[in-house]
Amino acid sequence: MTSATDHLQPQQIVSDEIEKLHADALPGDCQPRLDFAPYRSSLLRHPTKDLRHADPEGAELVAPCFGHSDVDRLESDLTIQRGGDPIGERILVKGRVLDGDGRPVRRQLVEIWQANAAGRYVHKRDQHPAPVDPNFTGVGRCLTDDDGHYSFTTIKPGPYPWRNHLNAWRPAHIHFSLFGTDFTQRLVTQMYFPGDPLFALDPIYQAITEQGARDRLVATYDHDLSEHEWLLGYRWDIVLTGSHATWRETGDE
Amino acid sequence: MSELLTTPGQTVGPFFHYALPFPGDRELVPPGRAGAVRLHGHVYDGLGAGLQDALLEIRQADAHGVVPRVEGSLRRSGASFTGWGRSTTDPTGHYWFSTVEPGPAAEGSLPFFAVTVFARGLLDRLFTRIYLPAPAEALAGDPLLSTLAPEERDRMVAIREEDGLRFDIHLQGPSESVFLTYPRHGG
Repeated sequence: MTSATDHLQPQQIVSDEIEKLHADALPGDCQPRLDFAPYRSSLLRHPTKDLRHADPEGAELVAPCFGHSDVDRLESDLTIQRGGDPIGERILVKGRVLDGDGRPVRRQLVEIWQANAAGRYVHKRDQHPAPVDPNFTGVGRCLTDDDGHYSFTTIKPGPYPWRNHLNAWRPAHIHFSLFGTDFTQRLVTQMYFPGDPLFALDPIYQAITEQGARDRLVATYDHDLSEHEWLLGYRWDIVLTGSHATWRETGDE
Repeated sequence: MSELLTTPGQTVGPFFHYALPFPGDRELVPPGRAGAVRLHGHVYDGLGAGLQDALLEIRQADAHGVVPRVEGSLRRSGASFTGWGRSTTDPTGHYWFSTVEPGPAAEGSLPFFAVTVFARGLLDRLFTRIYLPAPAEALAGDPLLSTLAPEERDRMVAIREEDGLRFDIHLQGPSESVFLTYPRHGG
């Protein structure tokens, strides 16, 4: 090992911390802890005071609007951006964006970004010595349809190392950025792939202390989405928080 | 009405810079246009160091208090005001927007920018508001600000300077910003 890794702690210390935090967690906590020390970068970047309750008003009740002047239809296919075929396992990722009451989020922007098949991002600060793929940027956008469906054709991303601790590897994932109908429904998250052996070791994924909530970030392999001699299909539905416009009308809660 | 189980958030991570920014992302109106104002500041961690890998989004009403519902934010033509923008931070943690000062959304309410904060190391997005400067008695009468201690109230209000409105965000520390949760967020 080089001296650059001397200060990094072994996986076991991080895993023990995760285990303890999970044992102490209250059930029903569906969001990641902001204060989750096994993810070392969070130490100085999490608020220490409780979030304050606000009744949404004005701009908070209206999400930004996007349309076909913003997003080209071709932007949802990450395998055709550079004129040549990217290396890796071609996949389709498809699902629906719903609000907390089960309503489809229609004609709204979905943005994704991801590493290539070798686990390398097209980013100047990614120092992982894995090959950049000249035919893959790993960036896509689309608009949901009238039923809230989104769909991306892409390459299955590889896992990649990071310096949270010694021999730390992120499970393969695709970053998703989502909007609802209220500004308060904004969500940025990560979609994972089923059966990843790195789940238990990853402090970002494990910052969600409830297993059922973590499971909701994992796509399902769906053979009906796979295409003969072409690609494998994964399904992943996304549920945003509820809309306050409806909440106000019905007086729920 | 039955509620579905919400998909959890995850950090935006360190590698969003080639994906989320776009040309004109922070220019809700072109800089220099009549009525344009610069809204800017720094995002700091608990030791007061600027975050070089944070991302802010703002949502706001126009000068008349109307929240626009028009597309075109990603490919701005300069003709329409969409009321939404996105800014990365630079290596010192500095962000900026070129926009207009929002008008009040309703009679008697205080105008503000709605803000979402993302960053590497921040496991889920944070919401806050940037209020426009207003007399102390007006601020004290706001439904949200009235629930805060005076020094916290002050931290939700932009500072008017010669070159625009300044508003710093402290994720942690003695000047920690006030971050918000809304009724439908649960928990």
